[in-house]
Parts: sequence; C-alpha cells; structure tokens
Amino acid sequence: MRRTFSPWADPNAKPLIRFENVTKRFGDAVAVDRLTLDIFEGEFFCLLGPSGCGKTTLMRMLAGFEYPTEGRITLAGQDLAGVPPYRRPVNMMFQSYALFPHMSVEKNIAFGLKQDGLPKPEIAARVEEMLRLVQLEKLAKRYPSQLSGGQRQRVALARALAKKPKVLLLDEPLGALDKKLREETQFELMDIQHDLHMTFVVVTHDQEEAMTMADRIAVMDHGRIVQVATPGEIYEQPKTRFIAEFVGDVNILEGHVMGQENGLWRVKTASAEMPLSIDDPDEVLHSGQAVAIAVRPEKMVVQREKPAPEAVNVLTGEVWDIGYLGDWTVYRIRLATGEILRVSCANVSRFVENPIDWDEQVYVTFAPGAAVILAE
Amino acid sequence: MNRRLSLFNVTSLVLGFAFLYLPILLLVVYSFNGSRLVTVWGGFSTQWYAALFRNQALMEAAWVTLRIAFLSAGMATVLGTLAALALTRYGRFPGRTLFTGMVYAPMVMPEVITGLSLLLFFVAVDLDRGFWTITLAHTTLTMCFVTVVVQSRLMTFDRSLEEAAMDLGAPPLRTFFAVTLPLIAPSIVAGFLLAFTLSLDDLVIASFNTGPGATTLPIKIYSQVRLGLSPEINAASTILIGLVTLGVISATLISKRSVLRSRRNV
Amino acid sequence: MKERTFTKRLSAALVPAVPYLWLGVFFLVPFLIVLKISLSDTAIAQPPYKPVFEWSDIAAFFSALDLENFELLVEDDLYFRATLSSVRIAALSTVLLLLVGFPIAYGMARAPERHRSLLVALVILPFWTSFLIRIYAWIAILKPEGLLTQGLMSLGAISEPIEILNTEWAVYIGIVYAYLPFMVLPLYATLEKMDDTLLEAALDLGSTPWRSFWTITVPLAMPGIIAGSLLCFIPAVGEFVIPDLLGGSETLMIGRQLWSEFFSNRDWPLASAVAILLLIVLVAPIVIYRDVEARRVETRP
Repeated sequence: MRRTFSPWADPNAKPLIRFENVTKRFGDAVAVDRLTLDIFEGEFFCLLGPSGCGKTTLMRMLAGFEYPTEGRITLAGQDLAGVPPYRRPVNMMFQSYALFPHMSVEKNIAFGLKQDGLPKPEIAARVEEMLRLVQLEKLAKRYPSQLSGGQRQRVALARALAKKPKVLLLDEPLGALDKKLREETQFELMDIQHDLHMTFVVVTHDQEEAMTMADRIAVMDHGRIVQVATPGEIYEQPKTRFIAEFVGDVNILEGHVMGQENGLWRVKTASAEMPLSIDDPDEVLHSGQAVAIAVRPEKMVVQREKPAPEAVNVLTGEVWDIGYLGDWTVYRIRLATGEILRVSCANVSRFVENPIDWDEQVYVTFAPGAAVILAE
Repeated sequence: MNRRLSLFNVTSLVLGFAFLYLPILLLVVYSFNGSRLVTVWGGFSTQWYAALFRNQALMEAAWVTLRIAFLSAGMATVLGTLAALALTRYGRFPGRTLFTGMVYAPMVMPEVITGLSLLLFFVAVDLDRGFWTITLAHTTLTMCFVTVVVQSRLMTFDRSLEEAAMDLGAPPLRTFFAVTLPLIAPSIVAGFLLAFTLSLDDLVIASFNTGPGATTLPIKIYSQVRLGLSPEINAASTILIGLVTLGVISATLISKRSVLRSRRNV
Repeated sequence: MKERTFTKRLSAALVPAVPYLWLGVFFLVPFLIVLKISLSDTAIAQPPYKPVFEWSDIAAFFSALDLENFELLVEDDLYFRATLSSVRIAALSTVLLLLVGFPIAYGMARAPERHRSLLVALVILPFWTSFLIRIYAWIAILKPEGLLTQGLMSLGAISEPIEILNTEWAVYIGIVYAYLPFMVLPLYATLEKMDDTLLEAALDLGSTPWRSFWTITVPLAMPGIIAGSLLCFIPAVGEFVIPDLLGGSETLMIGRQLWSEFFSNRDWPLASAVAILLLIVLVAPIVIYRDVEARRVETRP
C-alpha cells in the first residue's frame, strides 16, 4: 500500500499545500527565499536541514505564526494570507510540547475541541478516543509535571490530533526523547499517520529520523529547497554535494571529466592513478568539467590483495584508523594525496582471520554504479 | 554539587539573622510589658492591647490605611500588569525608553521627592487632598513594583504555550485568559501583596498628600513616636507583625499545597 | 472585517497606553511642576507659592522665572553641607551594608539547596513588616538607658551608658538594618548562580582561598554588588525617617531638610528647589541603576 503511494508523480494530482514563491525576511535576514513546494494529501513529509536553514520558519508560516513577506501559501485551494493561527485547519505539535502546566492531560487534549464549541459529551468521547490512541487512558487526570518525557510527547500528539486537522505539523517531534524511545516512537508516528490518513509535515534536523519516517523529504539550506525526493532518492541520488554530505556519510573525490566510454563517465582525479569510471547516465557533462564524485562508505571495499589489472576504480592508501562499531567496522584510509577515505565494512562473520591492521598498505575499490557525479 | 557550610558561613548566617530579628523580637516582648516604661520590664500584661482597642483615633487610622492599601494595590496590580505586558510583548514601541525610565525611577527615587511632586501636582489641578490623593499617589508608586514582579515572570514565560493555544483555535484574548493569566497569576498575586504592604507602610508620601480626615496609621504612629516611646505602639506593631507573618505563612502554605496537588495523582 | 481589526488594534494599543498615560500624568507631569515651582517666588498663601504660569501671558511666565531659590541654596551653605553629609552617610552605609550583607548572602548561597528558599523568605520577611516599626524598635534598643546599654552593662562590657541614639552612628545602624534585604537579595541572586567548580578549579590551579575569593567570587558577583549598592545608596541619600527618628537634631540630611522646608517653614518653592538639588545628585546613579536593572530583567533566560 504505502509503497505505491506517490501522488507527486501524478501530474493530475492536486496538492493539499502549496507554497508559491514564498519569501520571508526578518529585517535584512532572509529566512525563506523564493520557495515553491507542493505537499499532497496523506503524505508524511519531512523538512530536513541544518539549524537556521529556514525549515522552522516555513512550518510557522503554515501554522500562521509568521506571514510570508512575499508569495502565497494555499491550503486545499484556500489562500492562507491574513488567516490567523486560530482559524486554520492546521495543528502543531511543538518542539517543547507546550503542554499547559495548569491543566490535566484530558483538559489539555480537550482545549482545542472546546474552542470549537463542541458539546460536552462529544468532547469527552473524542478525548477518550485520543487517550486510547496514544495509550494514556490511565493518566488522564495527571498534570504535565507528573509525566515522563515520552508521556508528555504523547499528550502533545494527542492534543494536536484531537481536532482532526487537515495537516499536522510536528516540530522536531522526537528531539527531546532518548535514542531508544526515539526509534520506537518513529514507528508509532508512522502507524498513526497511516491509520488516520492524515497529512504530516515534520521539521527535523536528524536525517535518520527523516529517512525512516518520510514519504518524501525536502532538504533545505539557506532558505531554499535543495532537493525534494523520496528517502531512497535523496540517499542514492543526491543532487548536490551539500545533500550528499548532510544525509549520511560520504567520500568526495574531486576531478575533471575526460569523456564517456561504454556509457560510463571517465573522470580524472588526483586521488587515483587511473581515471575513474562512473555509471551515472542521467548527468549531462562535458569534457574538462570540474566535478565531484560521491561514494558512500558502505559501497567501497577495502582489501589487502592487489586487484586484477582490469579492475576499475582502484585507490591505494594506508590504514589510518580503525573503528569497530559491532555491526560495522569503519576504516579510515589515507591516500597518497593526504585525503582520508571512510570505508565501512559489515561484520558478517564473528571470526576474521588475519584482519586488516593499522598502517597496512591497502586497496580501496568501488563499482561504477556505486558512485554519483555531482556537477560543481 | 556538594556545597558545605563552613564555620564562617554558619556564623555569618546566625549573626545576620539575629541582627534582622532581634529588634523585632524585643519589640514584641515589650508589648506585653506591665510597665509604662518601654525599656524596663514590669511583668507580663496585656493592658496595652486593651488600651489600643479603646484608642478610637488609632482604630480609625488603621481602617483608613487598609482601605487605601486595598484600593491602591488593586489599581496598581491592573496598571502594573498592563505595563509588564507592554514591556515584554510590545517590542520597541515608540517612547519605550521613557516608559522604562518612568517604571524604574519611582522605585529608587527618594520618597520625599515623589511625595512633594505629587502634592504639587494635586494642588495644581486643584484636587482636594485626602483619601483619594493618597490612593492615587500609592497607586503610582506601587504599580512600578508590580510591573517588575510580573515582568520577570513574563520574561521566563514559554511563548510556545500561547502559540499552542492559538494553534488549537483560541483567539488572542481567550488565549490570554485561558493560558497566560492563570500561569502568571502567582506573580500578579505577589505583586498585589507587595503593593498592599508598601501602601500600608508608607509614611512619607502619605504625609505629603494627606488632608483632613485621612490620617493613616503610619502618620499616626509617627506623630506618637515623636512624642516618645509608648507601649501602645509596641502592641500595635506586634499586631501588624503578627498579621503579616500569618499572611506570609498562609501564602506559602497555599502555594505549597497547590504544588503538591498538581504533583499528586488525583 | 476591517472594522474588527481596527477595534482589535485599538484594544491592543490600550495595553501600553494606559500605564504609559498614568505614569505620564502622575509621575512625569508632577516632576515638571516641581521644576517649575522651584523657579517661582514664595508667597505666604494657600498654597504657599505664587503660581508663575498664566496661560495668557507666556512672556510674563519666562520673565517671572528666576533662580532666586537656587541662589539661596548656593548662598546658604546649610544645603551644601546637608547634601554632602547625605552623600557621605549614604556611601558609608552602603559600604557597611556590603560588609554585613556579603557574608550573609554568601552563607545563604552555600547552604543546602532545600534550605535556601526558607533563608530567602527569612530575609524578605522583615521587609514585609512596617519600616516605621522596625526603626521604632531601634529607639528602645539604642536609648541611653535602652536595651543595648542594659545588655552590655549586665555582661560587664561597659560601666556607663553609651550614647548612640541621636548620633550619626544610630543612622548607620538604622540604614544597614532597614536596607539589608535590598543588599542581600541581589548578592544572593548572583552568588547562588555561581558554579562551585570555578572555585575548585582556581584552588586546583594553585590559588589560595583568599585570592580565589578576590579573583573569582567578587568579579562574578559584581552585577549583584552594583545592583545592591545602587538599590541601597539612592534611597539612602534621600532618607527621611531614619535620620529623623534615630539621628537627632545634629544629623544633617537633605531629605530631612526638604521635609522641614516644606512642613515647618512652609516654603514650597524652596522645598522644590531642594528636591531638584537632590535629584541632580541622584540622576547619575538612577540612570545607571535603571540600565543595570533593565538589562538584568531582560537578559534573564
């Protein structure tokens, strides 16, 4: 079901949220810069980027706490200009949770429903339903100060969901949780979103979080969107060096295009003796163009034995560092140029005879399809 | 963080608190003195309390003082809260520097200046001096204290709570009454109590602005003290001290209880 | 829709406007009146000053203004001496307050955390009881045959009554006693925030405790020292009740002078001139205090 969900690929699909050329300036500082973006109904959408990239401002404009300096935001076809936060069919889960400390859990959840003037029995039923959804039935009468961090996060989620908003905004929803709880909660959020068929827009700076949960990710930098794509595309087909480096680990080798041979690009670098062969047919390049080659550490192989003479993409260096992580071992290989490559190797066997050791001369290879060319 | 009290620390605390409390203690003890002489012990007696309650003028002054304190503290609380909101929520509005100046200056300005200037103002606008002029003067002085107390609470206030309320559909005014006000209420109450006490206590400003029929307790006590010590004043002071202590203790207990209640699983 | 936003804006503007107007009318305007009256002539009438401002005659207004009252202030060196002695007494009291207040604040800051709020409450509690009563309490103690003399005599420390009441010493004691909470609380606030490991680091790096106190504790407590000192110094300069009740007729202080010009001599213009003089002395400390305080309140996390 989920896998086939891709309204963004359908040219006839109408987006739920539409940012059209939106700019937001605070004084001289540009927080969001002429940004255009469509988000579709039922999407789990992540805004990913380093702090100060404008992702939070974008979300706050959607919630109504900031208004665009220029451009237009529409929600289900309605222009949001001038609509205050309390009249938008959008609810937000705050990074700090912003639970009202003077209200019990159930009062917190009921707050939004009360503002709509719903009849009491209906509010009670809805609160009940929400408590069940986040499994907090037993804590309904407690106050926020009597809850653990994880419980607070659930109350905040329930409160934001109670009004059945068209869009739920989540500002760093897992930021305050410890690592283990974070992983569990990620999957719970995905389940809830799926069960309620709701549109979620998540702001996060944690790429792992974004990769796990999102249908699509928008990577932002300096107020602009650098790439909008599925997690797989973002990781395997990063459009720019910034994305390659921001999402996951990557080795970058700089060089010049020499030409195309058997459908593979030949790139001359200082790092390798022979030109590298890269399988990236979508790139349109010309000879002599400066490019960067990005290779993920797990897509490289490190070996002691000299590869066969016909092998492509061979780099030589010495072992600079070895980091044993249990599931992976990470080698840091120093090339003759002084560059340090990061190569990770899954520990598939418990025993390795004569493992690669520090200071050894080694060869690093990768397949032509393992690398991506990034035009500079 | 294992802080240890050294002998020096303990000594300075003991001496410091002795210095603060001994005079008050002596005052209270000598209010039960049988002798008319304030400094010579003449056996235990409550006669001065009886005399106090027969003293019509003193009782009347106390009543006037309480009314002024209540009224001026009430007005000061409203004005001070508004001023605190203005200072924390309105950014750089025109004349803000003058405004902060006018808030902070009365707190440190010698009372003689405040008292004199307000009196001259009341004379200039031809307002009869008495109950109302003292009330207005106290409101002006004490609202600045309320402002500072409420402002420091608003400074630490998590703005996302208000945003959350608005996000959930509450318009600004309802957000203020449903979320902001309940959360800053303790500081507003504290501000009110502070204003009330300051008004109860004030001699100088009241002396400048008083008129016929508006003799406050401090003015009364002051004129008696100038004539010499009297055990009756000790008795009056003891009652005031007792009331204040009772008030502070009950306020502490109430706030403790509400903390406990919010912590307990009801 | 448009009208609604207009009324909304109007009601939003009322929040700063109301207290602003109030302070303008009851603080700023009175102030200007003091300035005006300080420049007018005495007339023994009710009110005892000759109004110099007639709306119809602006020229007359300016010509009637004169510095006569200020000339009097300059000619009669009583006011000069009173000002000087006020500043001296206030400054010395502030130093004494620092000496008395610092050890108390330091002790409070080092007390176990669970006791600290009680200690703070104990410092504040006397402040809630009447200022006048607390000063009154000292009369009985400092009188020649008072409780202090009785106590010391029974201990054999002195053989005859000591004269403290109606001297400047009684004023110092009174100011230190009455203003102690204003000194202790700002000091405590800065000392309490101080990280203990800083002192440990200083000791570890070879600094003696005494040196560490001067090179670490005191500089870090500076904001509190400045705030507390100004908070005590400024009102102490204009103090009336303490010198009047404890200081005797010998103690010269400007606030008291203002009081007697006003109540005894009924010379309102001269009293206003004294008020302006007092204000000139205090304007710098008040401005500094306002800046320190505004910064302190606004930079709190």
